[in-house]
Amino acid sequence: MSLREKGVITGIGETAYSRASGKSVLALQLEASLAAIADAGLTPKDIDGIIVYGSTVAEDFITNFGIADLRFSAVTPMGGASSVAAVQCAIAAISAGICNHVLIPLGRNGSSGTRIGTRVQQMPQFRTIGEFEMPVGAIAPAQLYAPMARRHMELYGTTSRHLAEIAVNTRKHALLNGRGMMTKPLTVEEHQASRMISDPLRLFDCSLESDGGCAVVVSAAERARDMKQRPVLVMGVAEGHPDSPSAITQRPDLTRLGLAKAAPRAFKMAGVSHADIDVAEVYDCFTYIVLCQLEDMGFCKKGEGGPFVMDGTIAIDGKLPLNTHGGLLSQAHMAGINHVVELTRQLRGAAGKAQVKDAEIGLVTGYGDMGDGSIAIMRRA
Amino acid sequence: MDYLKPVPEPTPESKPYWDALNEGRLMLQSCGACGKVRHYPRPLCDACFSFDVRWINAKGTGTIHSWTVTHHAFNPGFKAELPYVLVTVDLAEGVRMQAPLRQADASTLKPGLPVRLLIESARDGLALPAFALAAKA
Ligand SMILES: [Zn+2]
Repeated sequence: MSLREKGVITGIGETAYSRASGKSVLALQLEASLAAIADAGLTPKDIDGIIVYGSTVAEDFITNFGIADLRFSAVTPMGGASSVAAVQCAIAAISAGICNHVLIPLGRNGSSGTRIGTRVQQMPQFRTIGEFEMPVGAIAPAQLYAPMARRHMELYGTTSRHLAEIAVNTRKHALLNGRGMMTKPLTVEEHQASRMISDPLRLFDCSLESDGGCAVVVSAAERARDMKQRPVLVMGVAEGHPDSPSAITQRPDLTRLGLAKAAPRAFKMAGVSHADIDVAEVYDCFTYIVLCQLEDMGFCKKGEGGPFVMDGTIAIDGKLPLNTHGGLLSQAHMAGINHVVELTRQLRGAAGKAQVKDAEIGLVTGYGDMGDGSIAIMRRA
Repeated sequence: MDYLKPVPEPTPESKPYWDALNEGRLMLQSCGACGKVRHYPRPLCDACFSFDVRWINAKGTGTIHSWTVTHHAFNPGFKAELPYVLVTVDLAEGVRMQAPLRQADASTLKPGLPVRLLIESARDGLALPAFALAAKA
């Protein structure tokens, strides 16, 4: 049995993105969830599966939505890979006949509340880092990931200028999207002059810290045919864990992420090739992580990610339009569920000024913790 | 003065590692059954699934695999040290570790440069590893 085209993204919802929401995380998740459920043409009581992230539990949704008989609940604790891994988990549950409409809510006060950098220390998957690396000064994701980027630069000649291209391109797309926290253009010069956070990662190589909520509804394919929106079918989906998943330091190849294992499985399930991908929403907690994922998915060879992103390849009208909503770098840090929302919009043909012409097939990735990866390849019906 | 940096919370598996550092030695876990060296300390050998551990003295030598220079204080305890270099080191024993690199000009670093271990007293009862560039052989 395969999960191919068993699940459909039927609803998407977002709150406003800001630096200070003034709302609780649960309220943000409920607001985004109501928007996604209404977008799907459902009511909250139709939701029979929930996959939560972080600080809320399924019980919160049963209580607030008055769900009489929730049949499925799960957590996919893979940091930024969780959102797309949750899509896989939802479709697995749907395919098994457990439930029909799975809500994947995400919301956070990542700016005004607990900062992402400090959150890490409290998470069980960071126990190894917490004991052996944080005490010597490797505290935050920027520091933990920087040696991967440095190694890539030393091995392959990748430069900060290459990373700038990703940041600048993503900002352009945020302005087209119009929902982004960043509202002014970014130049290569501004990127190159931005302060160093943990070399080689500069300020504009790092994602935003955001308040907001974002949610999707995944439904059984046979239910989706007569629902409100044009169905967006999940053709292939997979998660992958890197070697030495708890400590980047010990990873045999610092430049290979969990996505390198997941991507071939997702492409095989989907039955499509790289040339078929019209638009890509690639998890962008840091510019380098985008570049590495493009290689790990096979859009170019290992080491060629730098040259690959130059010369307009990743622009809206380029060969591989990338992060058309502005991503975590310039729209908001919603742990990648906003990437799923944007891919759905693109494949519905509803992405506004950021619409990629004739987008029929696209992909979305997640990346989290010390290199966990997830990927979904989707098509419009 | 208050110690603001994160402190390790040793587990039954890692306590010998921290105790050895406090005594001025770097010790690594080697599998009591098959001899595979592993780091960071953990309960089980991933090659033969043995819980048996034989602690070995590390030479304290290695080469640079990668590095980062941190300019932003993610923790107030490190603010006074900014900017500081963290190196990922290939130890002679075949495992890696990450620790600060002392007194180095980051612009001269490259993969493969030899380093030697320093063991520094962080506070009472806590010693932490660091590295320095080794003299050219
Ligand atoms: Zn063994």
